[in-house]
Amino acid sequence: MIQEIGKTEQGDLIINMGPQHPATHGVLHLRVTLNGETIVKVEPHLGYIHRSIEKMCESLNYRQFIYSTSRMDYLSAHINNHACAMCVEKGLQVEIPPRAQYIRIIMDELTRLASHLLWWGAMAMDIGAFTPFFHSFRERETITDIMEETCGARLTMNYMVPGGVMVDIHPNFQKRVIDFIAQYKSKIHEYHELVTGNTIFINRMKGVGIISKEDAISFGCSGPVARATGLSCDVRKIFPYEIYDQLEFDEILETAGDSLARYTVRMKEMDQSIKIIEQLIHNIPEGEFQAKTKAVLKLPKGEFYTRAETARGEFGVYIVSEGGMTPYRIKFRSPGFSNLSALDHMARGAKIGDLIAMMGTLDLVIPDIDR
Amino acid sequence: MLSLENIVQQFNQWLSEHFSATTVLWIQLTAVVLFAITLFALLGLALVLMERKVAAYMQIRLGPNRVGPKGMFQTVADTVKLVFKESLTPDGADKFLFNLAPFIVMIAAMLVLAPIAFAKGIQIWDINIGVLYITSVSSIAVIGILMAGWSSGNKYSLLGAMRSGAQIVSYELSAGLSIISIVILTGSLSVQDIINSQQNGWWIFKGHIPIIISFVIFIIAITAETNRAPFDMAEAESELTAGFHTEYSGMKFALFFLAEYINIFIGCALAVTLFLGGWMPFHIGTWAAFNHIMDYIPSSIWFFGKTIVLIFGLMWFRWTFPRLRIDQLLNLEWKYLLPISMVNLLVVTLMAILGWHF
Repeated sequence: MIQEIGKTEQGDLIINMGPQHPATHGVLHLRVTLNGETIVKVEPHLGYIHRSIEKMCESLNYRQFIYSTSRMDYLSAHINNHACAMCVEKGLQVEIPPRAQYIRIIMDELTRLASHLLWWGAMAMDIGAFTPFFHSFRERETITDIMEETCGARLTMNYMVPGGVMVDIHPNFQKRVIDFIAQYKSKIHEYHELVTGNTIFINRMKGVGIISKEDAISFGCSGPVARATGLSCDVRKIFPYEIYDQLEFDEILETAGDSLARYTVRMKEMDQSIKIIEQLIHNIPEGEFQAKTKAVLKLPKGEFYTRAETARGEFGVYIVSEGGMTPYRIKFRSPGFSNLSALDHMARGAKIGDLIAMMGTLDLVIPDIDR
Repeated sequence: MLSLENIVQQFNQWLSEHFSATTVLWIQLTAVVLFAITLFALLGLALVLMERKVAAYMQIRLGPNRVGPKGMFQTVADTVKLVFKESLTPDGADKFLFNLAPFIVMIAAMLVLAPIAFAKGIQIWDINIGVLYITSVSSIAVIGILMAGWSSGNKYSLLGAMRSGAQIVSYELSAGLSIISIVILTGSLSVQDIINSQQNGWWIFKGHIPIIISFVIFIIAITAETNRAPFDMAEAESELTAGFHTEYSGMKFALFFLAEYINIFIGCALAVTLFLGGWMPFHIGTWAAFNHIMDYIPSSIWFFGKTIVLIFGLMWFRWTFPRLRIDQLLNLEWKYLLPISMVNLLVVTLMAILGWHF
């Protein structure tokens, strides 16, 4: 009886990985068809954490709906908020004070660092190394402390509002960020010693989950996943927002398209984020941290779209306004969803262990996929 | 000098003076069984605590530090919890095999303790084929693991058991070849003889590079045989949730857990016996004074000290290495370790024939 359940007609074994599984980092459900240890097919089943955030946003006004976006990609909360705030500002035609722009970008990059640090630990845990997790959380903790001090929250931060940022930075902010940069620079070598140079790690990553540039485009991949294939898609570079065009940083491109390339891209991106923060933190201009906006925001009739580069890729906000207090329709373009769609393509013919490594380097955040 | 050997001899003498030969045998049997079970439990508790402390040290945290002084009784508390937990048997499981499997794994681990010499004169059973006995009995454990995986009726368990079977059977080859290289040098399978042959120097120092190679291969093989990271394919919690013991809970799970640590101990104890001189103290050539001081350290401390150093090494591997993939694991064995051990064995044989070792 046991043998009959969960098999395909060809006799392949079907395994439900998730919704409760240690490697899916949330409630992702993968229906994996296996021939022995080899993967025949992977079908992601979504909807376990669908909260209909897009629909909820339609009944919230333009100040309120931003808060619900912190709950989507909770590791890029600031960047999600930032994209939404920019979309509303685009509709309102508001000029953002330079101080707010600087703070926003520093916050974005700190968020990206925190997200990549968490990814690094979680990815290492996926492929069986437990210790890196604690090392990356040591650095991430410093960032969350900075966030807590300035925006009052450690995870689902709500700091970006239409017109600027909600409150001014904490007096300690600059000092603590500078301290963090020093801490990061003194500790990053441990990361490379512990994981990057390890032969087992390289063997697990190299040539695993290869996706070509063309496939990355057709699956709509973005962020480090697409940049690992050599596709230039950094929104900060091609559609610069705020003052990103005045900053000096590199878009990290790799050509292999495998898990190791995705790993390298993220590791180098962390260094670039540090570089960006270093350029801004010493010279945050004085002045207002928020532009004057009306108490009740009303966007003119029309359609507005903005995009931002989150830690996972391109995040888009599309607002249709009928001229009222609430949006008529909101659509979010989440990077995780498109990146996940490439998983089946990557995983066919690989081993179960590879699937875990691929999911690790795709850096999936499930509430971002299921909104 | 107070040593375990003297205590045992005096106890034996006292017994033979006061009781008949048959009663002495029975009393000795009971004492040995009690000794084995106590050692089994104590080793389990101590090694689990050690693992958690080592893990904490590697992971820049404190580890258990609440129950008892410096968290010493944490594992006791955990055991009490496991004893009181319900041991579930899933509906889809083959109930007889499911309940039998943990005992097979544990009994195999217990039986292997028999010919290991814990100190000078402390050995439960000095069998003349001791090393062969250890390798053959420890292979029984894989049957228990396969049984657990198959009878659970869980696909993750099945995959874990399949992996474990492939892995243990493969790595036994190179472990066996490493053992044979020592057997060739000593010319005996008896654990006692192997230890005595190292009186004037441990094999790892006497046997030149080929023995160092077999030692490294042996350590890799026992890491794989005990299903420890980076070879923890059978469990691989991020891939197969918990592998072959996914469906086990309570004391039945604890038996698997305990058996794993006993197997680590046995593997390291065997490595110590074969390569690092067992309970023999560390001697340097003609340094009489130094050697005399070394002799004052009790043999049990030498044995357990060396074993714990090796166990620490195994734990170090576990907490710093990522896991291999199943095909890479088998490639490592069949394409690298096995050919190397075979060539190495030839070299060792040549060395033994020509008498090139010290």
